[in-house]
Amino acid sequence: MNTLSTVKIATNALSINKMRSGLTMLGIIIGVAAVIAMISVGSGAREQVSKQISSIGSNLLIILPGAATSGGLRMGFGSTPTLTSDDAKAIAAEVSGAAYAAPLLPGTAQVVYGNQNWSTIITGTSPGFFDLRDWPVEFGAIFTQRDVDGATKVALVGRTVKENLFGDEDPMGKIIRIKKIPFKVIGVLSGKGQSPMGQDQDDSVYIPVTTAQKKLFGTTFPGMVRIITVKAVSPSVLKEAEKNIVALLRQRHHISTGREDDFSIRNLTEILATAEQAARIMSILLGSIASVSLIVGGIGIMNIMLVSVTERTREIGIRMAVGARGGDILMQFLIEAVVLAIIGGCIGIVLGIVGSWLISHFAGWEISISAVAIFLSFGFSALVGVFFGFYPARKASLLAPVECLRYE
Amino acid sequence: MASLIEVINLIKIYKMGNIDFHALRDVSLAVDEGEFVAVMGASGSGKSTFMNIIGCLDKPTAGNYLMDGQEVASLGKDKLADIRNKKIGFVFQSFNLLQRMSALQNVELPLLYNGSPVKDRKIRAIAALKSVGLEDRAYHRPSQLSGGQQQRVAIARALINNPSLILADEPTGNLDSQTSVEIMTLFKRLNKEHGITVVMVTHEPDIAVYADRHVYFKDGKVVKDE
Repeated sequence: MNTLSTVKIATNALSINKMRSGLTMLGIIIGVAAVIAMISVGSGAREQVSKQISSIGSNLLIILPGAATSGGLRMGFGSTPTLTSDDAKAIAAEVSGAAYAAPLLPGTAQVVYGNQNWSTIITGTSPGFFDLRDWPVEFGAIFTQRDVDGATKVALVGRTVKENLFGDEDPMGKIIRIKKIPFKVIGVLSGKGQSPMGQDQDDSVYIPVTTAQKKLFGTTFPGMVRIITVKAVSPSVLKEAEKNIVALLRQRHHISTGREDDFSIRNLTEILATAEQAARIMSILLGSIASVSLIVGGIGIMNIMLVSVTERTREIGIRMAVGARGGDILMQFLIEAVVLAIIGGCIGIVLGIVGSWLISHFAGWEISISAVAIFLSFGFSALVGVFFGFYPARKASLLAPVECLRYE
Repeated sequence: MASLIEVINLIKIYKMGNIDFHALRDVSLAVDEGEFVAVMGASGSGKSTFMNIIGCLDKPTAGNYLMDGQEVASLGKDKLADIRNKKIGFVFQSFNLLQRMSALQNVELPLLYNGSPVKDRKIRAIAALKSVGLEDRAYHRPSQLSGGQQQRVAIARALINNPSLILADEPTGNLDSQTSVEIMTLFKRLNKEHGITVVMVTHEPDIAVYADRHVYFKDGKVVKDE
């Protein structure tokens, strides 16, 4: 008995009782749709997390000045001005694992344009910072190393600042005043959104670090910066780079062995890894909850197939009388169950895709429909058909022909 | 002529709760090729059990059953299914057609289980329907056919694999007397012209006259054989 005719018999048998077949399939349909929608939502959330992670920059090391001890009183990190923009330059030049190193000197100030004003964070930095943060301009250009060397009065504004100061006006080439010093706007940074801590990263103005040091904030020590951020070439060299930076800075700061570092290094990767892990667990959880409904759908198939075997006992008898073996009967009912599951699976896939699209549309969540999820749930539904179809089919195949023919 | 079927000391016991019911008590019988046998007896006499066993639908509790000289009683289920498919054609009182299939599909059914090529099936099924005079009803469902027509479809189904034996269990039980005559004439023709052995269970004497040999069952035994 060939497979094609068996499948034909199965679909024929299913079409006799459309209502029942439909309802049986519904279990599988809902199961598959739920699995796909949940996995889509889950992996969408994961993608969002990793996007956020890359928005603050990946493979980052943050170097802070050390804590000062004055008269036995230990101050917090950053209380001594030990880091300089030269340290940043040296790290970029000498530490092989470091792709970029950017000094940061932030401060809050009032920015004025025409009759508008806005309080925001002004950060002095170097051009490398924008590579490091993977943060391109929307208009204009990022200031150059020459601007840093010459301490020119140019500024890059974030989106939020641009909206508050300029409105619909084109800010390019306009003069803004920060602490009464005029700066020329040479670019608008692209939107970066919120940081994981909920800070609006677009509410900021960036100027060359030297300008900030010499003209805006008037630092006590020449070349002082508050933070140095370093981006490693890859996550694998992060630890190595950290070690080299420590060695380099100790040497530059003339710290003899046995004495404490006058700076500290923080590694962001671990926080990020944790966040990603949480998102992954979330999507596994959603997926496994959804697969429970797939199993419930499978039990529905088994239930109906059992009823169907009882109902068609006489048919089984007739088939056996004309020469069907137990195996033929087994195949017939098994394929019926599998066809049911597969048709249900296909409808479920379509519904799942539509469902996840609706979720993303109405809930505004990001989703990502993966081919793996689709194949997986399709295969799983076929497997459910085989698994839950086997028991009823086997029951049918073991019936005695005489009894079946006598059955009314 | 050689014996087509031969049963020796056949015993069948059904267990009904704690009580053993002896359906067949030591039945020995031989049917030659080309015979037309009517098996008669009251209900409960064991004739149906006998038919089920020679039809390979059931196994005897004890005894031997030789078909074409081959021992059948000890064969496995699948082997029995193959014998039913190739050597035996069944005709039942209640026709036993599958209601949701056309006459043609019903006739094709046995071919489904012996690996006949798809193209072949239809040709052979049409030919079988033709031999019972129903080729113009090929695409009708059983419910659209009269009782006599349904029984002829069943006979066509029984004939499709060119069996050596046709087993008919009260084939005219659900038919009126005129159609009964038609069906019996058909059996007679198959027996005479094609040399097919027919074993038929009946309790109507005027149907039994079509047979050449009459076997009477009573209480699980053969009481008369003429």
